[in-house]
Amino acid sequence: MLNIKEGSTSHSAYNLRSTFSDVEERHTLAVIVENEPGVLARVIGLFSGRGYNIESLTVAEIDHTGHMSRITLVTSGTPQVIEQIKAQLGRIVPVHEVHDLTVEGPTVERELALFKVRGEGEHRVEALRLADIFRANVVDSTLESFVFEITGTPDKIDAFADLMRPLGLTELARTGVAALSRGPEARV
Amino acid sequence: MTGQTQSAQTGRQMTGAKMVVQALKDQGVDTVFGYPGGAVLPIYDELFQQNDIRHVLVRHEQGAIHAAEGYARSTGKPGVAIVTSGPGATNAVTGLTDALLDSIPIVVLSGQVPTFMIGSDAFQEADTVGITRPCTKHNWLVKETDRLGQTLHEAFHVATAGRPGPVLVDIPKDVQFATGSYGGKETRSTRYAPAVKGDRAAIEALARAMETAKRPVFYTGGGVINSGPEASKLLRELVAATGFPITSTLMGLGAYPASGEQWLGMLGMHGLYEANMAMHGCDLLICIGARFDDRITGRIDAFSPNSIRAHIDIDPSSLNKVIRTDIPIIGDVAHVLKDLLEAWSAGGRKTDREALAQWQAQIGEWRSKDCLAFRNSDKVIKPQFALQRLEALTKDRDRYITTEVGQHQMWAAQYLGFEDPNRWMTSGGLGTMGYGFPASVGVQMAHPDSLVINVAGEASWLMNMQEMGTAVQYRLPVKQFILNNERLGMVRQWQELLHGERYSQSWSEALPDFVKLAEAFGAKGILCKDPADLDDAIMEMLDHDGPVIFDCLVEKHENCFPMIPSGKAHNEMLMGEVSTAHAIEAGGAVLV
Repeated sequence: MLNIKEGSTSHSAYNLRSTFSDVEERHTLAVIVENEPGVLARVIGLFSGRGYNIESLTVAEIDHTGHMSRITLVTSGTPQVIEQIKAQLGRIVPVHEVHDLTVEGPTVERELALFKVRGEGEHRVEALRLADIFRANVVDSTLESFVFEITGTPDKIDAFADLMRPLGLTELARTGVAALSRGPEARV
Repeated sequence: MTGQTQSAQTGRQMTGAKMVVQALKDQGVDTVFGYPGGAVLPIYDELFQQNDIRHVLVRHEQGAIHAAEGYARSTGKPGVAIVTSGPGATNAVTGLTDALLDSIPIVVLSGQVPTFMIGSDAFQEADTVGITRPCTKHNWLVKETDRLGQTLHEAFHVATAGRPGPVLVDIPKDVQFATGSYGGKETRSTRYAPAVKGDRAAIEALARAMETAKRPVFYTGGGVINSGPEASKLLRELVAATGFPITSTLMGLGAYPASGEQWLGMLGMHGLYEANMAMHGCDLLICIGARFDDRITGRIDAFSPNSIRAHIDIDPSSLNKVIRTDIPIIGDVAHVLKDLLEAWSAGGRKTDREALAQWQAQIGEWRSKDCLAFRNSDKVIKPQFALQRLEALTKDRDRYITTEVGQHQMWAAQYLGFEDPNRWMTSGGLGTMGYGFPASVGVQMAHPDSLVINVAGEASWLMNMQEMGTAVQYRLPVKQFILNNERLGMVRQWQELLHGERYSQSWSEALPDFVKLAEAFGAKGILCKDPADLDDAIMEMLDHDGPVIFDCLVEKHENCFPMIPSGKAHNEMLMGEVSTAHAIEAGGAVLV
């Protein structure tokens, strides 16, 4: 039979991964789309219509003259579902490329979050001390509150949130993951 | 992008409405199906002032879409429909979904309220691109007349390239009135270009597997038809070169001739015993342009348990969607078959003749079960008998068949033989009752001198019976062959098998007199209830030069067999004469 190779893109089914496993995996996909009205609705509609998970989704224009946007999408599912998600994304007419960063090689993933923490006395001091350890910046301050800005992996932000909760966390905003492959090559 | 804008600027100046008609002409469109309304009046005004494009006035927008599907499926060209905004567009949704599931190339143009009123809940406003996004391959809302021409040409390209499908272009009324520049067919962007050539190594791997296969089978589908006549020709060559048996889905009938030596008949839920047993017992399954639909596979974990699976499909998402593929080949059927035939003959490859002979003998044994046998009657017309007679009396004619959805559709697939592609139009994926009649209108428009028969059930037929007006107005001699059992036959059959014979809402006590109904429309009606009269009545229908409603009163409680009950495997078929009690177990009852 064919040699089944690791890694796959929307351009080829010949290097499909083995899809026997029932274990759910978390994958980060980079989807390059034409920046036209409705394209995000098409992507989201695909996920809701076919019952796939979206853990996070970020989108912004990355090439103004070429009208291109990059959607970074974190999803989970069995290998078969992940392959199906990529193939279905590839079918959408304004989708140019679909990359599975999780299987294509090492990547960096970052997320930005803003934390509003309210407190006085020792709690306030402790929040500031932990923010320093996590390299979070203070972007707003009153005598009884801070707004911290933190950038990191989703895990790091989860950990910071766990620490801030008993110290007076009142509001939290996260951007979702942006991701790039490591190394000099541009994969996307 | 800049190139397009430039060419658009250098193009001819005309109104958006004129541009629509011009773009249709440039695409070689000769027929459109539609229904006018406020938001498409400028386009209708332009249609009025020309003679190159025939407009067929349907009686309901759903009819327009199915007619366009029938036109497309029987010609290989995209079908075109025009509907107005709001209700016109929402009425198109069923047809669009039907075309999406069966991969039929159609281009639907919908009117929209003027751009400055979009979002104001204007009269006859609907979010058409929003509503039709999940039921089209792609859709566009055109907000500038300058972009209209290139969008229309892009729409035709997307509808027909790669895996075909329905597209919709929503055109606000002010865009139709405004003047813009039209740059012709070349202005579309060329980015959307699905690969058509299959991977050489994978094709070689398939050829090697074919050499050593002991129990091979071809399983073909609508993708062969969509790929064009060349694909059917190559398929026949491949079957002749290998001597492998071949079965087909409902959508693929006619790609290989029913009279062909290797023909097993249709497979699947109501497929033939020999076809399903061959699928179950094979050691090499070569899927060509089919998608392992649940009507085909039966229980997934018991599907073709000992086979290597090769899958040729132009849509990467079809591969490994349902059934794991060992040899995936992404490409257009005709291109891949051409390369496969080359790889086959260039290598001087030979099949395992001895094993194949044994396999054929086994298939012969299955075939001798004669799974389509039924107990005929001289008192009441059996639906199977009606179709056997229809087949005998029409098979040598230049014939196109459409169907509605239900038992009659399955019987038509079982008892009618198709020798060529594009001769069989049916709603496979969506199962749309009401498809067949308007589809027959579309087919007859494309083939005015051919015999077009819609094999129907009375319940399906009533769903779009308003199209009698269309058939009569355009003098379309479509034959409506209605197998009338006064029941929703397939629903009734499932209620018998699954729901303790409680026939909830599956019969009608107020059916029309179909002969009088035909006469009320100015058409001919024929009633037939005696098997002895059947041949004469069919001949009368065929000899009449005009639309006919043929009301064929058939056995009311006939079930459609053979059948793979839901939740069962290919080798667990129910045959006609066996007891059907507890045929479907609890697990299968939730399946549709």
